[in-house]
Amino acid sequence: MKLVVAIIRPERLSTVLEALYRADVRGLTVSKVQGHGGETEHVETYRGTTVKVDLAPKVRLEIGVSESYVQATIDAIVAGARTGDVGDGKIFVMPVERIVRIRTGEVDTAAVTPVD
Amino acid sequence: MNPVDTLFIIISAAMVLLMTPALSLFYGGLVRAKSILNTMMMSLVALGLVGLLWSLIGFSLAFAPGSVAIGGLDHFLLKGLDGAVREGTTIPSLLFFAYQGTFAIITAALISGAIVERMRFSAYLGFLGLWTLVVYSPVAHWVWGGGWMHKLGILDFAGGTVVHITAGTAAWVAATMVGPRENHGRQAFLPHNVPMMLTGAALLWFGWIGFNGGSALAVNTTAVRATVNTMLAPAAAIMTWMVLDYWRFGRATAVGAGTAMVVGLVAITPGCGFVSPIAAIMIGALTAIPCQYAIHYRARTRLDDSLDVLAAHGTGGVVGAMLTGVFTTEAWGGPAGLLDGNVQQFLMQGVGVVATVAWTALATWGILTLMRAITPLRVSARAEASGVDVGEHGEEGYTDGEGAILVLATPQGLVSATTTYPTPISESAS
Repeated sequence: MKLVVAIIRPERLSTVLEALYRADVRGLTVSKVQGHGGETEHVETYRGTTVKVDLAPKVRLEIGVSESYVQATIDAIVAGARTGDVGDGKIFVMPVERIVRIRTGEVDTAAVTPVD
Repeated sequence: MNPVDTLFIIISAAMVLLMTPALSLFYGGLVRAKSILNTMMMSLVALGLVGLLWSLIGFSLAFAPGSVAIGGLDHFLLKGLDGAVREGTTIPSLLFFAYQGTFAIITAALISGAIVERMRFSAYLGFLGLWTLVVYSPVAHWVWGGGWMHKLGILDFAGGTVVHITAGTAAWVAATMVGPRENHGRQAFLPHNVPMMLTGAALLWFGWIGFNGGSALAVNTTAVRATVNTMLAPAAAIMTWMVLDYWRFGRATAVGAGTAMVVGLVAITPGCGFVSPIAAIMIGALTAIPCQYAIHYRARTRLDDSLDVLAAHGTGGVVGAMLTGVFTTEAWGGPAGLLDGNVQQFLMQGVGVVATVAWTALATWGILTLMRAITPLRVSARAEASGVDVGEHGEEGYTDGEGAILVLATPQGLVSATTTYPTPISESAS
């Protein structure tokens, strides 16, 4: 079992969700975050106050998957999120100790939606 | 000069002027949060740009004596406009200039709804200026400045043809030439602030009383009739739209009601001085039906007329112009219409519609082709993705300033206001 965490561009979210859906990956959490990778900051001016904005809006996806879905999930995210410009984001894959489905009490692989 | 009429038109001019900021709220609420400033600016900048062009030459091309096609240069740079009464009215010519200017401003601003979230601001400015002089001024001259439509007796009391058919047609051409937004047809583009859109719609209605009522140019029964009709037609449009919403989708929508309000106002604009209040109710109700179908149909096509200027103003303008030919009647101050057996008037209205659509489409295409040869019409794909507000204006509509570092502009370029990061709290406390 793995937790796949991906940071992507907000405007690519619908493409990524579409790709995940086609890869049969169901069940995920999406949050709006701000972050900073290697992309260039931009400058804004308000009534004489000039600021450099380092943090760009990003979307963070968290997807718990069983082993056989890890690669499919990564492939779908990359396919959906890549534009080729700096700032496309990152994918982190981390081990998961335990998963519990609250509704049924099922644990581990049985608890993540895409079951083998 | 009649002081009462003059006062009335001063107030009406202020009300119509307010319609452009109202439109910026209406449009601003309908786009995504990352594009709100650019969208509002595209309306607000018309107050500046079109206002100046109107005084430079726009008014002269529309209202100075000239040929049947276009006005002359007698009022170039406001020449000859003063406190003397304008011929055919009881108000000073200078006030007539200002009142008509508010119409030119909102007409230009209306087009922006078709190309939001993707057009380069500088290209938009060039387009807007040329469009006002090449399309708005001549068509205003045709109808109100003694041009050929006026001579043929084609009816347009307050600007259904001059304002809404021109804006709707131009929106259609502009949306086609600028092209759809990235992901159009694959991704839903939802309004980010519906309350703002509804506030804008309400203010538009308020301003429209000055638009239609004021078009009588005097305090008389025609102004009263136009005002009452301007109250009733949107009421009928809202209720018709809601019934259609219930019937087709099971629920009445707020965005639908706000849109219906504008559609009803567009519909009654050409006929408000010539038809009975009952006819105004009919016009509002009858126009809501094709407009609603047009908006729902447009959403399924490749045409990204993003805020439905064509479907609302174009369709509403055409249907309103034709229905004016149906309902106009001598008993309510107009010539006889179709219901009185005057087929001629109805057909004339059709001639006006066709000519206006044809000229507007051709001229808008020409202007945009010229602009495209000089400068790109669209922002880069990257700027579009991160939002035109940041890309074109260097500002965001909604920001809490997190992650923003204060910088100072120096001859060497931008430098951070703090040379080192602040000392950590734990160290400074010791």
